[in-house]
Amino acid sequence: MSLFEFSNVTLRIGDTTILTHVSMRMEPGEIVTIVGPNGSGKSTLLRLLIGSLAPTGGRISKAPKLRIGYVPQRLAIDPTLPMTAANLLGLRRKVSTAEISQALEEAGVGGLERRQVSDLSGGQLQRVMLARALLGAPELLVLDEATQGLDQPGTAAFYRQIEDVRRSRGCGVLMVSHDLHVVMSTSDRVICLNGHICCEGEPSHVASAPEYRALFGEGTRGALALYTHHHNHRHDCGASEAAE
Amino acid sequence: MSLLDDFMIRAVLAGLGLALAAAPLGCFVVWRRMAYFGDATAHAAILGVALALGFSVSIFSGALVVALIMALTVSTLSGRGFAMDTILGVLAHSALAFGLVGASFLSGVRIDLMAYLFGDILAVMPSDLVVIWGGAALVVGLITWRWSALLTATLNPDLARAEGIDPDREQLVLTLALAITVAVAIKVVGALLITAMLIIPAAAARPFSRSPVSMAGLALVMAAVSVIGGVQASYQLDSPTGPTIVCVAATLFLLSLSTSRLGRHH
Repeated sequence: MSLFEFSNVTLRIGDTTILTHVSMRMEPGEIVTIVGPNGSGKSTLLRLLIGSLAPTGGRISKAPKLRIGYVPQRLAIDPTLPMTAANLLGLRRKVSTAEISQALEEAGVGGLERRQVSDLSGGQLQRVMLARALLGAPELLVLDEATQGLDQPGTAAFYRQIEDVRRSRGCGVLMVSHDLHVVMSTSDRVICLNGHICCEGEPSHVASAPEYRALFGEGTRGALALYTHHHNHRHDCGASEAAE
Repeated sequence: MSLLDDFMIRAVLAGLGLALAAAPLGCFVVWRRMAYFGDATAHAAILGVALALGFSVSIFSGALVVALIMALTVSTLSGRGFAMDTILGVLAHSALAFGLVGASFLSGVRIDLMAYLFGDILAVMPSDLVVIWGGAALVVGLITWRWSALLTATLNPDLARAEGIDPDREQLVLTLALAITVAVAIKVVGALLITAMLIIPAAAARPFSRSPVSMAGLALVMAAVSVIGGVQASYQLDSPTGPTIVCVAATLFLLSLSTSRLGRHH
């Protein structure tokens, strides 16, 4: 049984058509990445899936009682809201402190329970959000450009973590990225989106597809250069910003 | 002497009832940046007071209904071409002006609208106390019941959706709580000072809080101290009580700010 299926989904907001005739489905345990330029409807597609938006055409069906763990693009927490990482994880339902520690550990940020969310670095916050998603024992993890604002090593480490989680938990992972090459090794399948599905398939297939090249053009070369660049140039991504 | 004690005690009890509702609600108003929204609801309540006097219904229900309509209108209109602060500015001041003009047409009734702008906590009757504490209990009940969902929706609406929480419904819960608080508070501190009682204790509590619950609890302490201190001070100084309460709250805020600034330098 598929985790979910989009059949001919169309979304119009006002006079603007954002998605046309999108059909896709995901099987349990699969890692699928949606790539596409800015404004191509990637995040919109995720918002349709989690129910924040309703399609104006077509149908979205989900497995009964599908448990989704959602990691937003960037959690912009208001500075007036005091909250520890443990508070953030405990919001969803009653969980024990042991469960919270275990989830943080699994996401690679063990021991951060008492830290203020506003003091976490971008990478730490994304992992705390991943831990929060894991607490709900998700069958499907949904990540919306979860590595935005992270540098290359940080991004690579985050995706390795996602792979580990998939391996240990067997959950499906749907993620959005605007850089195919970063997620290439992690994904089972890539969908190239630009208002509609341009092409899809294994990462190497999509990377060489004419539709993908037409969409990203010279950008591909730039991304490749950046990708090579990080091997001989390491940044300190885990540094704490909590120097008070 | 016992009579004097009596109205002083009633004033303190009325203020504490307001503090109970305003402290946790005020935290959400601060976290969600709804300060102006609270202002608009409070101003609209003046129109409710005028209408209530005109139709001879209770002030509480008049203020509640108009505050609720106002809050719902704002929620509906937001995101439709005008910026939120513009919508609020138009609606709040129009409602206040219509309320004041409407009240001036009420012949035969000598009403002191000033009392509803600045409140008259010393004139609180035992029956008012029932309304205030009833409303406060309702607000605290609503917020306690929806606490996790409200916080999740405040953090990120999409995150809430993914977890089966409807952020629009949570917004409605807050809107309702705000309307109840305004209706309850209009007699105590008046329309112009309601936002102050929502915002200032919460803001004063922020520097010393490590979690949402502790901030709400500390805001309650700050609000209660402001009420008791304000009533005392206004008796000593013979100053208007509602504004004096807010002055005490503002002083607490300044102290809180400077104490936490000092702490940071160590």
